[in-house]
Amino acid sequence: MSGEKRGPQIWSSAIILASLAAICTALVAVTHRTAAPRIAANEQAYLEQSLAPVLAGLTYDGKLTESTMTIPVPHSLPGDAPVNVYRVFASEQPVAALFVVSARDGFTGPIKLLVGVAASGELTGVRVLEHKETPGLGDLIDSTRSDWILQFSGKSLGNPQASRWAVRRDGGDFDQLTGASITPRAVVKAIKETLLYFETHRDEVFAQDTPMADAVAEQQ
Amino acid sequence: MTTISESLRSGLWTDNPGLVQLLGLCPLLAVTGTFVNGLGLGLATLLVMVLSNALVSATRRFIRPEIRIPMYVLIISSMVTCIQLIILAWFPALGRSLGIFIALIVTNCAIVARAEIFASRNSILASMRDGLTMGAGFALLLCALGAFRELIGHGSIVARLDMLFGGEPMRGLTLVDGGFLLAILPPGAFISLALFIAGKNELDRRRQQKHSQLQRRSG
Repeated sequence: MSGEKRGPQIWSSAIILASLAAICTALVAVTHRTAAPRIAANEQAYLEQSLAPVLAGLTYDGKLTESTMTIPVPHSLPGDAPVNVYRVFASEQPVAALFVVSARDGFTGPIKLLVGVAASGELTGVRVLEHKETPGLGDLIDSTRSDWILQFSGKSLGNPQASRWAVRRDGGDFDQLTGASITPRAVVKAIKETLLYFETHRDEVFAQDTPMADAVAEQQ
Repeated sequence: MTTISESLRSGLWTDNPGLVQLLGLCPLLAVTGTFVNGLGLGLATLLVMVLSNALVSATRRFIRPEIRIPMYVLIISSMVTCIQLIILAWFPALGRSLGIFIALIVTNCAIVARAEIFASRNSILASMRDGLTMGAGFALLLCALGAFRELIGHGSIVARLDMLFGGEPMRGLTLVDGGFLLAILPPGAFISLALFIAGKNELDRRRQQKHSQLQRRSG
């Protein structure tokens, strides 16, 4: 092929590719427009649906997602990342705080937990949000697989006392799972750490318009 | 010009993208832990194949050898993005269950292969038909593998179909409580696929033997 012919051919290739890119982008843009509101609604519904079990039927004002706060690192909560807290208010009185923490020492990676703590310091409920534990063994911590995680509802730092916050095998009060010891241990430890944090930081967590909350708002 | 039955035969059996060409193994092995996941990803892949084949065929006049791969990639990735958005909007539970593997349909080489081998040389209608039969072959394999692994690993059949069709969570038919764990772990995927391929080859071999015996008798 001669150099003179090559020039125009490269240009036409570029034009073909660019027009195809424009057409494809338009297709994606139109689909996104139609789907985006539904996707946002689905995410909101999923969040509220997944928060509901740890609320134990508490009534609250407004949307939970609007009372979100992020606790930046460093903190004494489980996990190395900033922790999201959904704060629940009824008639402007604090009712509960829902922490999204991650237990670092799961058997196969971190276990993301939703820990609900009532203003009194009692657990309203705990659920596993994400995990990669072994199917059939460690994954029994998931409420869709077994009722193991339900035993934490109503427990607090005084009930059982702090030294008994462990699985039975370690001299504690909580049921273990047959065939999996690392997973339940990690979950119990993470819940205990969350309760300890809540005990010492209760007022900060429920403070309205905290500097932390402002910082988050500015980021968004 | 191939007939529909020939094209079906090739897609579902003789040239099955998963069983024979061993293409797209990454999603095939990764999501087939349950039947509903296999069905979901199978349908999504089938849809992508039909649409991308149609688009590739529609633009085949403009396809130049030196830019054909970027063109296929553009078409396939935008189709996958559209379908991912649709799944997230209308089948959110399935979207969460399949996760990253919807986006990874882009990397399913079975789709690029059909674009290159078939759609860039044939009419739109024929290309869509090819996408349909090849996609169906891939989807059926995903379903079969999913059902097989779910049965052995969980002891259940067609659990959680609600993720695709909506409604209350369905536990499906539980035949045995618990199951043989290995089947749903990654090694189980390889072993199951190997069993399927071995089964197919054995069937083909027997058929060929019968065929040659008949020929010998008549000859």
